[in-house]
Amino acid sequence: MKFRTLQRHFREGAKNIVRNSWMSVASVGAVTVTLVLVGTFVALMLNINQMAVKVEEDVEIKALIELTADEDEVKIVGEEIERIPGVNTVRFSSKDDELESLVEGMGEQGQAWALFEQDNPLNHAYVIKAKNPQDTEQIASKIEQLDNIYKVNYGQEVVPQLFKFNKYARTIGVALIVGLVLTAVFLISNTIKLTIMARSREIGIMKLVGATNTFIRLPFFVEGLLLGILGSVIPIAIIATGYYYTLKNVSGQTSFHFVQLLPYSPFVWQISAIILFIGAFIGMWGSGMSVRKFLKV
Amino acid sequence: MITMKNVHKTYSNGVTAVNGINVEIDRGEFVYIVGPSGAGKSTFIRLIYREEKPTKGEIMIKGIKTAEMKNRDVPLLRRDIGVVFQDFKLLPKLTVYENVAFALEVIEEVPDKIRERVMEVLDLVGLKNKARSIPDELSGGEQQRVAIARAIANRPNIVIADEPTGNLDPDTSWTIMRILEEINARGTTVIMATHSQEIVNTIKKRVIAIENGIIVRDEDRGDYGYEI
Repeated sequence: MKFRTLQRHFREGAKNIVRNSWMSVASVGAVTVTLVLVGTFVALMLNINQMAVKVEEDVEIKALIELTADEDEVKIVGEEIERIPGVNTVRFSSKDDELESLVEGMGEQGQAWALFEQDNPLNHAYVIKAKNPQDTEQIASKIEQLDNIYKVNYGQEVVPQLFKFNKYARTIGVALIVGLVLTAVFLISNTIKLTIMARSREIGIMKLVGATNTFIRLPFFVEGLLLGILGSVIPIAIIATGYYYTLKNVSGQTSFHFVQLLPYSPFVWQISAIILFIGAFIGMWGSGMSVRKFLKV
Repeated sequence: MITMKNVHKTYSNGVTAVNGINVEIDRGEFVYIVGPSGAGKSTFIRLIYREEKPTKGEIMIKGIKTAEMKNRDVPLLRRDIGVVFQDFKLLPKLTVYENVAFALEVIEEVPDKIRERVMEVLDLVGLKNKARSIPDELSGGEQQRVAIARAIANRPNIVIADEPTGNLDPDTSWTIMRILEEINARGTTVIMATHSQEIVNTIKKRVIAIENGIIVRDEDRGDYGYEI
């Protein structure tokens, strides 16, 4: 195919949107509605995932060391912990540090504990973070088996449930997104198919005049592509402004301090790109595939 | 130019439309196809531009057997056969100019040549001043002239017209006939199916009469031969 023919297909595809204005409005409408839904849901899921990641990252193991251990033994324990596979960081926290954080953590009442500064009853401790938060439980049990370890804390009561919950939430989220995208594909390509069905006679005429299938089909691809892009404009605008105001409201409220949303940039650009891509792809695919049916004349 | 040997066509619903046709049409001929409705005229014509394939027999267009032709080569054949129909078959949303230009865009002609040729054929059919109209704004006769302009735009060797005057009043029909004669005079083979006794008996050409799927009469400068 010659380059100017390709140009012709692009020109023709764009003109067809104007020529079939009502059909175009219908298709763009279908794309817009479904992409608003898909976009909102994807934004929601990505943020929930982000929060889950943040919570998981906060999970750490505190290994308390036996009071009887001497300085060398404490050091050895530290080295042994570092050697456990999957361990990311190991930080030593002396019993004085521990007391200090305890005093601070209890506020006013904590002052009572300050009396112990002369004779600190607390243990030295190591604070460990896993490379992969999901490995926390496993690493903790390995640390427990080491010598001179008094006790291991990592929020045993809640952490496993938290991970389990996050895992389910992610799976369900992905399933919902896939389902929603498939619905979008179905809805959009069906709308486009209807608009093309109305033009099956025209396709037949083009064949009579000696047009090859590719020649007939390419402008439809271009048309679908443009319809998809046009249809993603409003969803992008809605999500960009919607997210802006959500961020503004949520970050101002102290009661939502645990809700850490993804920053506006680059998140909004990423989600815009996703919406644009879905729109363009579905538009092009839906229209290209629908024409094929009418080419077998 | 066109050779048919013992051609049969039975449709999938069991109707046999063409039942053993042998015919030879030479370059530059003007041929009327006449016969009652349902006799097989349209099928005969559809076989030529390979809208249909014969179920038996052999059709050669310019030495190529159409039945053996691959589907993707059909457009190439169609570019050498201009078609004109009773219902015009124009693209409704394109202007007159764009409709004619389409036939030239298909063969990837250069834009300058397209412009030149479109105006040339529109001039030939007398519609140069309607280039920007869309088909709905034209009368039936004008639409048919656009269809003819499109059919001859890329200088095909054969023009096929399936009852081109079927929907037109007598005056307009004569205009269409003059244009077809003009095209024929320039060396293009014209094959025209018609029900118009007046036209056939006035503009004398070769007449092929088809009845029940076979050729019952084939004479040069023949008459229509049926009473209406």
